[in-house]
Amino acid sequence: MRKFVSTLILAISLGTVAYAAEPAASVKAVSAVSAVTAPGSTGAAAPVAAKSAAPAKVKTNKAITLSMFALIIGITLCVVIWAARKTKTAADFYTAGGGITGLQNGWAITGDVVSAASFLGMSGLISLYGIDGFLYSTGPILGFVTILLLMAEPLRNAGKYTMGDILCARGNAKPIRAAAAISTVVVSVFYLLAQMVGAGKLMQLLLDIPYRVSVMMICTLLIVYVVFGGMKATTWVQIIKAALLLTAAALISILVFIKSGLNPIRFFADVVNSQNVQDHVRMALLKDPLPVDGFDYGKRFLQPGLFLKNPLDQISLGLAWVLGAAGLPHIMMRFFTVPNAKEARKSIKISVFLMGAFFILTTFLGFGAAIHISPQKVAAMDKGGNMATLLLAQFLGGGEGSIGGDLFLAFVCAVAFATILAVVSGLVLAASAAIAHDIYVNIIRDGKADQHEQVRVARITSLVVGAAAIVMGIAAEKENIVALVALAFAVAASGNFPVIILSLFWRRFNTAGIVSGIVVGTVAAIGLVLVSPNMTYPKKVAADAQKIVVTLEKKQAEGVVLAGKDLAALDKARIDYQKNKDGSSIMGLDKPFFPLKNPGIVSVPLGFLAAIVGCLAFRDRRSEEMFDEMYVRQNTGIGIATAIDH
Amino acid sequence: MAKEQYNWAEIAKSPAFVELHRRKKFFLYGWWAFSAGSYFLLLLGAGYTPGLFSIEVFGNINIGYLFALAQFVISFVIAVYYGRVADRDFDRLTRQLVEQIK
Repeated sequence: MRKFVSTLILAISLGTVAYAAEPAASVKAVSAVSAVTAPGSTGAAAPVAAKSAAPAKVKTNKAITLSMFALIIGITLCVVIWAARKTKTAADFYTAGGGITGLQNGWAITGDVVSAASFLGMSGLISLYGIDGFLYSTGPILGFVTILLLMAEPLRNAGKYTMGDILCARGNAKPIRAAAAISTVVVSVFYLLAQMVGAGKLMQLLLDIPYRVSVMMICTLLIVYVVFGGMKATTWVQIIKAALLLTAAALISILVFIKSGLNPIRFFADVVNSQNVQDHVRMALLKDPLPVDGFDYGKRFLQPGLFLKNPLDQISLGLAWVLGAAGLPHIMMRFFTVPNAKEARKSIKISVFLMGAFFILTTFLGFGAAIHISPQKVAAMDKGGNMATLLLAQFLGGGEGSIGGDLFLAFVCAVAFATILAVVSGLVLAASAAIAHDIYVNIIRDGKADQHEQVRVARITSLVVGAAAIVMGIAAEKENIVALVALAFAVAASGNFPVIILSLFWRRFNTAGIVSGIVVGTVAAIGLVLVSPNMTYPKKVAADAQKIVVTLEKKQAEGVVLAGKDLAALDKARIDYQKNKDGSSIMGLDKPFFPLKNPGIVSVPLGFLAAIVGCLAFRDRRSEEMFDEMYVRQNTGIGIATAIDH
Repeated sequence: MAKEQYNWAEIAKSPAFVELHRRKKFFLYGWWAFSAGSYFLLLLGAGYTPGLFSIEVFGNINIGYLFALAQFVISFVIAVYYGRVADRDFDRLTRQLVEQIK
């Protein structure tokens, strides 16, 4: 078995190397494309682009960055070797034998939540859209208060390895396991793809590693982590990464704060008074070509409404954040790694603090980047602002090309890399646990598999899931990261959360309710995202391109000689128009059918409704009778010891 | 897996369990409703009362930012407070209950 696994991993890594050898040409093509598209994306970016003719790109020192990467890979592989020796039973593989302490688990959960999307994305949003980005980061923390108060302890007492175990507490029904497994895989895959696409793009931008190669590299490593080390290795990788991440965030924040004289009032005054910020708000966000008299564009940056303009969308997003965090299967799985409910409580308590500290620090990361780097430059590197933290680190270390700048940038890049690795490992573990434990062991084998077989199946499944992640990751290159994350959270909030809460607290809840809740919630969330503004609507792209064509042609007609950049933009717009004018979205729509980017406000109530209706339509006396047992167990933990050494 | 037989319905009706459950329910749902309420108030406020959120309190720091920051403070306070109450009351009641059953 080991031989088989190692051969496959070897094959995958050889494939990676082979890919790495070929693509020098394609890299150039890619950076050329980004150089063309980036400055054209926002009007405000033009002056910056004009100043530096070189393509907008973060310049890393490859030798330093790659050795930092190697260092992180080396340390984590040592952890894997150590963990692999201790992973013998299915409980070891899925839950580290319940032997993680509350403190360790708290750090690991923090690591799971503070993904690269938060580390790079949230600070980027703040640097581009001001306080709206900060409102974003308050969502997860309330999600964890929900978990702390309502879910952590009952779940610890009720479950074993997976979400399926929790839902089956009142009867070992196969339909429940199937539904829970499918929903776990769906949520994990969307989340995984979001991380993977982000990671691939990041590597491409930072190190000139082609997208495919970086996806393969990350997957190969995560397969090694998960297949050999199981939950124990995944947990420790997560802990190491969380510590690195918080260190990096704290270091950057302190340096930013020192630059503003350690005075919070001066720090915010620096934001408001920054000419770059004012220009950015005026031209890029509010689209005022000339300043409106008496309007303070700097202060506007600290006022809400620049990013999510529709308040309903904000609330919908908030719902998905709060309930979705509580329905993410890879987080749920972490409750089973601690020995009892008390430790589960402690771990969430610790993670609330760590996470809260991190999200508060995003104020300094994001606004710091706005002050010292300028929103224009951040947007020129990457439209979503994902490069803000990295640029800030480079600046604080001493600037581009200096040793300090190179070192600090390399450190932060390596932290981002570790973050991605750790988060995808957790996701792959959750998805494979659902397939191996729920579908194979409990549905196909009726629970009659010995320890040896269970561990073997779990390892093979992780290998397959990891390999599948490579294929999907490469195929998803062009997908929108924000839409993928919105999907993962929406499915978790509308498919998983209602059935978990109802099965923990409602006596009459039963199999029919669980299955209909999961199915309707999941389908509703996916369906609404598919017809939402997150998708690409070619007719809209064509209309935008048409606008550029008209404006520029009008200029030409007036006798203005267009600069090379504008000519290129005109050509591109013409091509875009031709390509898109007859197209329609994936669902064959010309414009979004559902007006909000986040489906939560509709799909969460639908999930609850379907669960309740399904349950009432098929009453199940046995399930009701089992409620007392389950309820006493989840409140007291009686009978839980047997579940650990099962 | 040797399963001991308990009369679950009886335990669920026992005064000790009812008491534990009553206290927990009040505390947990109450604080959850409080924190969720303040969070959605933040989102509603950001969406519908931008004028209020723009009022500056310290220098350029406005109510909106302070309210968002307050979410973290509320979460920290709830986490600490719940930890204390659970360690002191809920765990003790649970232990008593488990001993009674045995």
